[in-house]
Amino acid sequence: MANEHTVKAFDNDIASLRGLVAEMGGLAELSLTESMDALVRGNTEMARAVIARDKRIDALEAEVDQLAIRIIALRAPVADDLREVVAALKIAGVIERIGDYAKNIAKSTDKIEHRQRFEPLALIPAMAELAGSMVHDVLTAYAARDPILARAVVDRDARVDAFYNSLFRSLVSHMMESPATIGSAAQLLFVARNIERIGDHATNVAEMVYFAATGDYLTDRDERVGA
Amino acid sequence: MDAGISPRLLPLMLPVLPVPLIIALGLTGAGLAYGLGGDWWLLVVAALLALLVVRQRAAPAPPAAPIAPAPPPAPPAPELAYAALEPASSALLVVDQRRIAFANAAARAVLGAHVLGQDARVCLRHPAAVGVLDGVEDSSVTVTGLVSARSQWQIARHTLPDGRWLIELADRTAEADIGRAHTDFVANVSHELRTPLAAIMGYAETLGEDDPALDPPTRTRFIGIIEREAKRMLALVQDLMTLSHVEAEKHERPTAPLDLGQLAARVVGEVSSLRGKERVHLAAPAPGLCVAGDPGQLEQVLRNLIDNALKYGGPDEPVMVSLAACGPRAVLAVRDRGPGIAPEHLPHLTRRFYRTDPGRSRASGGTGLGLAIVKHIVERHGGELDIASTLGEGTAVSIALPLLDSAVPAAALSLK
Repeated sequence: MANEHTVKAFDNDIASLRGLVAEMGGLAELSLTESMDALVRGNTEMARAVIARDKRIDALEAEVDQLAIRIIALRAPVADDLREVVAALKIAGVIERIGDYAKNIAKSTDKIEHRQRFEPLALIPAMAELAGSMVHDVLTAYAARDPILARAVVDRDARVDAFYNSLFRSLVSHMMESPATIGSAAQLLFVARNIERIGDHATNVAEMVYFAATGDYLTDRDERVGA
Repeated sequence: MDAGISPRLLPLMLPVLPVPLIIALGLTGAGLAYGLGGDWWLLVVAALLALLVVRQRAAPAPPAAPIAPAPPPAPPAPELAYAALEPASSALLVVDQRRIAFANAAARAVLGAHVLGQDARVCLRHPAAVGVLDGVEDSSVTVTGLVSARSQWQIARHTLPDGRWLIELADRTAEADIGRAHTDFVANVSHELRTPLAAIMGYAETLGEDDPALDPPTRTRFIGIIEREAKRMLALVQDLMTLSHVEAEKHERPTAPLDLGQLAARVVGEVSSLRGKERVHLAAPAPGLCVAGDPGQLEQVLRNLIDNALKYGGPDEPVMVSLAACGPRAVLAVRDRGPGIAPEHLPHLTRRFYRTDPGRSRASGGTGLGLAIVKHIVERHGGELDIASTLGEGTAVSIALPLLDSAVPAAALSLK
């Protein structure tokens, strides 16, 4: 009876750990969407909401840390349980970074001038949508412990990178054509860079989801296949 | 008499006595009846011993009855209530102390079967949904991006009498989409239709002036242009119709099974039998790849992709169509060996009316909608479109559709 009770309590701990990570992910996802909305429409109020939300993400990360450490200390998990806890710890760290990038994007809202006549602004949302879909899918893969979906997210990162390069060129040529908007265009370069980093971080999360589900490393696998 | 029962009564009692008892009494009776002199008591003792043994052996059974707990008086078995929720058309979850105790068929289709036993936040991670879960009072909220980007779901929490929660999910995506689709359509179409129309009107006016300077060859050329532009408008209108059909249905996943290998073989066979299109080849497809799909739409996808490959690939280079299983998905790919597409164009290719080189695309009669149609159809089938291209080497467009038999993932993983 006592043993069964311990197992149930452990199970509950893991479930709420996963719940916390998912909640963080949901916040980061919303921050990314809203930061783009704020940037494109110049909605400073929404930008401020995104910046404020980052505190909540940080608090949740601390909560994940505490719970994960408590699980390790009290229940000494092994095998897939240990992988689950370690992955949750690392994923929480990465999601916190994604939240930071969304915050950075929100912060550039105020720095875009002459929004109405600034065409490059229309190029950014498609890229953010792609990176956002990676974040969304990787969180779904985490919820479903689905290594195949995780691998698909990793493969998609190349597209975000291609998008970044394409945007970089358009923005540079735009700067050359109209030097008056160099300040705003440079801001957009930073935004594109942030989105590109979000894609990279979604890839990191995908690697950890893959690891938690299979016990294997995605990168290892690629090297072995490539060798 | 010490036996206590008259031997003559025994036959009457036979039906109500257990067999060993009958034997014991029978022996006693026999002893008495035959009047075994001084030895008859031996038989009585034997009979009593037999009775004792029988009592002993039977002993463990009776005490079991009082100890065994009486079955509880028909509890409201949760399974029974769940069975009632299972076929409901709206997605329903039962949440017991934050963990999902039950998800009906509709909910499993939306969120995946993995949600059972998980913390409710794992599948409803949107902050507004978490707010509904955290709230003291039951409430409801509409969230965007729960399942896929732009999807809209209304999430409502009802507390059941026993303290569990019933979470109801209702899809509001289609309603939200209608407004946006209209504006997009009008903006794109007016521009694209005006171009061929301008040409037609210009040449028709010129011909109508009946200028003697117009010699017959020039007239024929002008009429040819009018015809070509009118055909382009027709193609455009047809593509627009297809696109709006696909858009209208995009939230209904097709369910009928379809063998992709057969479809690919048929379409490639039909195309390559046409003059000038013999260079389309189908690489031996893996057999038995079935997806849930709309045959007409998937045929259109394949035709559009082959068309593009023929148009933009090298004029005499082969176009390869291949079909293979990749994990839980079937991947249909069309490869050409043309000049390739520059990487900066790749992200925009599926946008309506996007052209890498406007002059060339118009000359080849493209409407600018082919890949947009492909993308919409693939999305409707829950699949993914991928375009890979290397300048100077060619382009590979592949679509991945979820296979009907989803037992494959384990096999795919063991490949590593």
